[in-house]
Amino acid sequence: MNRSSDQYGEFYQRDRSVHPPAYAPDYKTSILRSPKNALISLQNSLSEITGPVFRQDELGPLDNDLILNYAKDGLPIGERIIVHGFVRDENGRPVKNSLVEVWQANAGGRYRHKKDQYLAPIDPNFGGCGRVLTDDNGYYFFRTIKPGPYPWRNRVNDWRPAHIHFSLSGDGFAQRLITQMYFEGDPLIATCPIVRSINNEEAVRTLIAPLDRNAFVQLDSMAYRFDIVLRGRRATLFENRIQGAK
Amino acid sequence: MMVNQFNYLKETASQTAGPYVHIGLAPHAAGFDIFENNFSNVLTTPATRGERIRIEGRVIDGSGTPLRDVLLEIWQANVDGRYNHPADTQDKPLDDSFRGWGRACSDFESGLYTFETIKPGAVEGRHGRTMAPHINLWIVARGINIGLNTRIYFSDEAEANAKDPVLNLIEWEVRRKTLIAQREERDGDVVYRFDVRIQGDNETVFFDV
Ligand SMILES: [Fe+2]
Repeated sequence: MNRSSDQYGEFYQRDRSVHPPAYAPDYKTSILRSPKNALISLQNSLSEITGPVFRQDELGPLDNDLILNYAKDGLPIGERIIVHGFVRDENGRPVKNSLVEVWQANAGGRYRHKKDQYLAPIDPNFGGCGRVLTDDNGYYFFRTIKPGPYPWRNRVNDWRPAHIHFSLSGDGFAQRLITQMYFEGDPLIATCPIVRSINNEEAVRTLIAPLDRNAFVQLDSMAYRFDIVLRGRRATLFENRIQGAK
Repeated sequence: MMVNQFNYLKETASQTAGPYVHIGLAPHAAGFDIFENNFSNVLTTPATRGERIRIEGRVIDGSGTPLRDVLLEIWQANVDGRYNHPADTQDKPLDDSFRGWGRACSDFESGLYTFETIKPGAVEGRHGRTMAPHINLWIVARGINIGLNTRIYFSDEAEANAKDPVLNLIEWEVRRKTLIAQREERDGDVVYRFDVRIQGDNETVFFDV
């Protein structure tokens, strides 16, 4: 493969103003799980600018189809939706071959997880996880059931807005990101302590996927569009060239 | 005054991985099988070159309690100190049987995590300063709002560690030891113990990478 046109510089310094702080006391679990010391800033070396490379043949043909990938004797219950979008870096370039992994509750807000005790029932035909690699344009899509909101132990009446968890590998270990996608119009977003751990309205807005009517499948599925941005790389200028790196 | 605008995009905000991260990233640990091929905490195959090691430990919160719902990933060079990624052009052999990446969940009862891997070689660092052998570690869980990055170094590499450019960035010498995994031998197996303290006494050093 000829990658001579690609640059593998170090990543831009992470702009922490778009991210939640480690300590966000309204999200109570973060109180004991947040470091008190400052992070030590590290100029990137090969250890940060490289990362795992995944291959298409490691994934199964139904891995991005949550409607079918756990169907046992019928289809899962709930609203059929497509979720799709582009993964780009801060320079606006596509992030190719990024592993995108998703997990979610079923239509009733229940996870297929041995630690989830919520009384809404498990759906026998829904696993709630999927994965896909982005293509050369950074594009990904999967098909699923719209998850339901669910109550959780924080304050007595806290309910999570409907959401899908996203994990992205990127192309370098320092790009690794986990986030959550929310749905346009959900009134629970505004009061969720996990959403509000992000102290930046614009950053919150980018986590809310709008309906994408152009991608609906007639008489079958609605669609939501969720674009994701991972960290961008510097051009390898002057003394910023990393030893041993292209 | 109006100036030209840069058009960089902003990174998407992080959100906690939550209590059910296992469903997405390690469904078997959540209690069900769905994918044919699963990513795991075993990085080696019989063909992999290098000294077999196990890394094990706990991730401990600010009250001293081990996290029992944490997910960890490691990324490391091969035995010759080369990463299996196109950006690494060091003149060293690749090992096709070693991706260098693995994922582990802590045990739901004990909180113990383990990785089965090889000890990596030293990698060239910035300005030609060789880095001591190390493994890059990334930690997510419920209550962790953005993944924590740190490094695992090895107790039997004292000389290399003393010269390591990253360890030497840590102004407080007493904190450097939080990144050193302790080597033990158990029934002929090499085990490195690496506990992570997220908060409190002997808090582990985390990096803004
Ligand atoms: Fe969730």
